[in-house]
Amino acid sequence: MTREEIFKALDEVFEEVFDDESIHVTDETTADDIEDWDSLEHINLVVAIENRFGIKFNMSEVTSMKNVGEMVDIILERQ
Amino acid sequence: MKELEYPFDSDYILKKKKSLKKELLASNKQFITKNIAILGGSTTSDIKLILELFLLNYGIKASFYESEYNKYFEDAMFPNQELETFKPDIIFIHTTNKNIIHYPELGDTEAEVNAVLESEYERYEAIWEKLFQTYHCSIIQNNFDYPTYRLFGNKDATDIHGKINFITKLNMKFAEYAETKQNFFINDINYQSSLYGLDKWADPFYWYMYKYAVAVPAIPSLSFQVANIIKAILGKNKKGFVLDLDNTLWGGIVGDDGVENLMLGEETSEGQVYTDFQKYILEHKKMGIILNINSKNEESNAIAGLRHIDSILKPEDFIVIKANWNPKSNNFKEIAQELNIGTDSLVFVDDNPAERAIINQELPEVSTPNMEIPYRYIEMLDHSGFFEVTNFSKDDFNKTEMYKENAKRNQLQKSFTNYDDYLKSLNMEAEIGRFTPVYMARIAQLTNKSNQFNLTTKRYTQAEIEETAQDQLHITLYGKLEDKFGDNGVVSVVIGKQDKKRLDIDLWIMSCRVLKRDMEYAMMDSLVEQCKKRGIEEIYGYYYPTAKNSMVKEFYGLQGFDKISEDAEGNAIWKFEINETYEKKNKFIKVEE
Repeated sequence: MTREEIFKALDEVFEEVFDDESIHVTDETTADDIEDWDSLEHINLVVAIENRFGIKFNMSEVTSMKNVGEMVDIILERQ
Repeated sequence: MKELEYPFDSDYILKKKKSLKKELLASNKQFITKNIAILGGSTTSDIKLILELFLLNYGIKASFYESEYNKYFEDAMFPNQELETFKPDIIFIHTTNKNIIHYPELGDTEAEVNAVLESEYERYEAIWEKLFQTYHCSIIQNNFDYPTYRLFGNKDATDIHGKINFITKLNMKFAEYAETKQNFFINDINYQSSLYGLDKWADPFYWYMYKYAVAVPAIPSLSFQVANIIKAILGKNKKGFVLDLDNTLWGGIVGDDGVENLMLGEETSEGQVYTDFQKYILEHKKMGIILNINSKNEESNAIAGLRHIDSILKPEDFIVIKANWNPKSNNFKEIAQELNIGTDSLVFVDDNPAERAIINQELPEVSTPNMEIPYRYIEMLDHSGFFEVTNFSKDDFNKTEMYKENAKRNQLQKSFTNYDDYLKSLNMEAEIGRFTPVYMARIAQLTNKSNQFNLTTKRYTQAEIEETAQDQLHITLYGKLEDKFGDNGVVSVVIGKQDKKRLDIDLWIMSCRVLKRDMEYAMMDSLVEQCKKRGIEEIYGYYYPTAKNSMVKEFYGLQGFDKISEDAEGNAIWKFEINETYEKKNKFIKVEE
């Protein structure tokens, strides 16, 4: 998948998890930009993304991801 | 909602929980509301959110109280204003092996090991006792899952210092407590985790990252089980099966293949599959689940199949047998009508996806498990949790008999032209009195199951029933009816609250199987008598309409009450003045008190 395709797929996952069809993520998107994205919802997002791309994040990645851009970097490298 | 029935897609539920909730709330289901407190020994956030979905799917709208992280002990043991105001109907204690503080040490003597066991156990018993005493509600408690490692290997199970051995003993002690308490239920995560796969269930990633003792992907499996216990406590279990015959109860098509060629019995692998499935179904009959047949067959062929020498199930095991060529949805409706129960309380068991689709279409409230692979039939039905048992009432064991007696009564009724003569011929005897401990389980069950003959549709848990029975300001009456065909068990319940010279009726229900037998009059007579003893002069009855209780709209009128008000929705208040000349209304039932 290209970076662009990953973003498109991520939009779908975010829309489903936060039940909001207007969500559109970019490199800079962080938890502050999405109202329901708190630490407890983060786990559901992580699980949904792992299932969507068939990958596993490791613990330090989950805690250190600063924004969606870094998330995409990891997906690109792992797929 | 199919998405929330076994075998559900857990990842989908976790991902879509927000939109699933919206969808459930938008459906025109009638919800009962309950307060549920979750006291957790680890993170419970998703457990609560997913539990909420399964409960909504069962028609239960829950408000939740959630303890702070790992504060289950403090929340239970110390004064807790918030929880007291919340008034929980049910408390769920979500603890796991992560909450075991001390295990035996290598080198401990047997006495020392036992002391550790006692101290771990006593912490929980103290919690339960305190909660019962403070909140008078039902408690659901996890037992313990096994750890994912075994220091001694297989010997961990048998050596007194082994953690597996220790947890097994602790779980036995929990089970012993559960046996002595009616409002206490174990959520068996020891079994659930083994079914799920222990390594996945306890995936440490979720513990170290979020302090989830049960891995997030396993949470729907856990919450489903808790929801099943809760719906069972609230009397929302299914009551029976409606079963297909060909390729469901036996292999082959009896009409085409002939009885002698059906796959049944121990000789062949396929035969064993169907025989074991029949045994599984028969065990349900023994615990009070009613069995019925809905099959596209000539009736003679259907009966011949059930008379097959290797058929475990015999025609006598079924209440209603519909073997004909009518649409199965019509047969299904007729079966429910003949049994006098709702279509939503029967499970449709059929291997044919087209038949299941028709039932889904015509009767969307009916559960239609995907019976696709015969050797997985048992698994499919069993894991669906249709008949989660909480308490057995005696009546459950002879349910099939009761339904059969009812059929005999109907026949007798047809032989009389005068209805009074029929009632006389039944030689009815009733026992009416204040709630007593032996009947508490049945009374609670009735308050949750009765929809049609139910004036206020107020639901009670067993704990609330027990509390009401103890309160001197409440008049509580149960009515048990017996006739020459058999014992109907407890069939009517009335609860009223006294305020000096006035009584307000909170609940008046009756099982529809004793409709038009004068039982409602016998109950009224006893109620008036109780009122007189207490110096009560006026009784107020309330009728709150629901989708199902229109049959009792004029009930209080028939009992001699006057309607004093009615609002636009049909909520009505009725009043009855007791005077000295009250004449008993029941003429056909001999009443014992």
